[in-house]
Amino acid sequence: MFDSLSDKLQRVFKNIRGEGKLTAENMEVALKEIRVALLEADVHFKVVKAFMEGVRTKALGQEVLSSFSPAQQVIKIVRDELITVLGTHTARLRTANQPPTVVMVVGLQGSGKTTSSGKLARYLSKNGHRPLLVSVDVYRPAARQQLAVLAKDLGIPIYEGTPEETKPVDLARSARREAEISGRDMVLVDTAGRLHIDEDLMTELSQLKEALNPTEILFVADAMTGQDAVKSAEEFHKRLGITGVVLTKMDGDARGGAALSIRHITGQPLKFVGTGEKSDALEAFHPDRAASRILGMGDVLSFIEKV
Amino acid sequence: MLSLLDRLKQGIQKTRTGLVSKVEDVLLGKKEIDADLLEELEYTLISADIGVRTANEILEGIRQRVDRHLVNDPSELRQLISEHLLGVLEASDRPLNFAAEAPTVVLMVGVNGSGKTTTTGKLAARFSGEGKTVLMCAADTFRAAAIEQLEVWGQRTKSDIIRQSQGSDPSAVVFDALHAARARKSDVLLVDTAGRLHTKSNLMVELEKMRRTAGRVIEGAPHEVWLVLDATTGQNGLEQARKFTESAGVTGLILTKLDGTAKGGIVVAITRELNLPIRFIGVGEQAEDLLPFEPEKFISSLFEA
Ligand SMILES: Nc1nc2c(ncn2[C@@H]2O[C@H](COP(=O)(O)OP(=O)(O)OP(=O)(O)O)[C@@H](O)[C@H]2O)c(=O)[nH]1
Ligand SMILES: Nc1nc2c(ncn2[C@@H]2O[C@H](COP(=O)(O)OP(=O)(O)OP(=O)(O)O)[C@@H](O)[C@H]2O)c(=O)[nH]1
Ligand SMILES: [Mg+2]
Ligand SMILES: [Mg+2]
Repeated sequence: MFDSLSDKLQRVFKNIRGEGKLTAENMEVALKEIRVALLEADVHFKVVKAFMEGVRTKALGQEVLSSFSPAQQVIKIVRDELITVLGTHTARLRTANQPPTVVMVVGLQGSGKTTSSGKLARYLSKNGHRPLLVSVDVYRPAARQQLAVLAKDLGIPIYEGTPEETKPVDLARSARREAEISGRDMVLVDTAGRLHIDEDLMTELSQLKEALNPTEILFVADAMTGQDAVKSAEEFHKRLGITGVVLTKMDGDARGGAALSIRHITGQPLKFVGTGEKSDALEAFHPDRAASRILGMGDVLSFIEKV
Repeated sequence: MLSLLDRLKQGIQKTRTGLVSKVEDVLLGKKEIDADLLEELEYTLISADIGVRTANEILEGIRQRVDRHLVNDPSELRQLISEHLLGVLEASDRPLNFAAEAPTVVLMVGVNGSGKTTTTGKLAARFSGEGKTVLMCAADTFRAAAIEQLEVWGQRTKSDIIRQSQGSDPSAVVFDALHAARARKSDVLLVDTAGRLHTKSNLMVELEKMRRTAGRVIEGAPHEVWLVLDATTGQNGLEQARKFTESAGVTGLILTKLDGTAKGGIVVAITRELNLPIRFIGVGEQAEDLLPFEPEKFISSLFEA
């Protein structure tokens, strides 16, 4: 699909005189290519700008390593910097001192909240927890039924609510009580999809947060998201204080630049990656893999190691 | 009731205040068309998800005109950009392919969560509002409660649904639905399919099979294949459109979730490269939140003050 960045850069440096060295001049040309690669990966343009500044400063101060070609060197600098920004270690879910730990799952419509809630429940129970699921999506057709089907397949209990419980806050409170009674140590709350500009529904999330005192508020984002990722993540973070991000649909070929944008704008760690529709398709986030992917070069490791 | 144009404007208000006001901000008070100005414009276009390549193509055209002194004043740029975008969208515009003899079969395709089922429901509402009889086919037999979701839309829009149980072969459901649509003399059959990433070859083959099945029961079916695209989609949208066009023979696009702040600029790149018309836009989660896409109105509402 895309010319790999390493090919492009090698061409760039071939066309420049004195290709053997990394100079301020030839680096500008290389940085331009990297800028395009980041934009084509859907990294927000403002984030790209800020990021490139950092890279330029780093690169100029760098000692020339004779074992690396200029192309390799620039890529290494960019990739290292990307990894730093994306977070250097893989995060985990935190638990409350006093169980049950409440995890709220939030995000835009169709991003993968319900599916991810099921996946997280499975992951937690595999790791010695006793999760309880609850859907507070009282809006979308068959949304609660969707989670109920997933829960049943997984053999994980779900709080289904009573006919009188039509409000998200009521459902969530009862689920929490149910967890206390039945000795469940974690409650996963699947919320309805909403736009970050929907005042009423954003207020509803704040109320849920107040009522539940969640330990984690996970923002579920679609890896295919473009420039708008920054706006929605920023608003969800501003309103709720998200504690982590789940990046879904990474089993496709989207480069997932949204990861960098969201991380840059919220400062919150990417915790999990969704890699399929089935309940076991959940992985820990690996900054190094994500960096290579954003640069459009799955081959970057071999490229650098080839030396 | 708001007029259609008002609703369209309302629906894309965010788009307008985003892209257009930014273009205007960039142009405001500038006396000269210089490199800085062009760079600002490039960022403005990129921030609408138009993509680096398409943005550069637009700007290259402008640069050439500036060099030939055909344009001198930054205030003319807005017009130039709007004309260019309109040109791209109009080039791919063509009438809907309704079958000469009912039913017209429409296949809804797209990646996971883009809005296929909701849009299928909205289309049912729209077509029945026009006096057509609508039948829906629940060919997403994979996702949890996908059939139940479509059934709610069936109740809302008083349209019938052809379904089987979860896990059954989607082509078999399509087969049933086409026979039913013909027997009942339905005007339109809307087939809701499961979300699938365009990179999954087995799932793309499944889609090809549904399409072939349809053609075997009713010649020429599916008459329309609509790719449902989330307006927040970035550059990956182009690859989605390419692959779905290859496997499913996409004939048009539907852009959903334009009621958010996303601008949906990726459709410009898609229509430009694949020559696909945009049919409808989704501006909310309710039945009435679907509007026909008209290039001229869309662009003019975009660029209106
Ligand atoms: N390929 C793939 N599909 C996914 C992944 N995560 C979720 N999906 C699919 O994306 C679609 C939407 O997922 P949901 O979990 O229903 O999304 P949601 O955010 O709960 O949607 P709403 O509640 O309607 O806002 C479904 O078809 C899921 O199967 C993933 O990691 N990979
Ligand atoms: N705000 C807004 N939300 C929309 C629009 N269209 C669909 N949605 C929402 O997006 C989410 C996903 O929509 P679905 O219709 O379930 O998407 P789908 O493509 O059928 O999903 P899968 O079948 O799981 O692949 C739901 O929460 C819808 O209510 C729209 O135009 N605007
Ligand atoms: Mg959901
Ligand atoms: Mg669906």
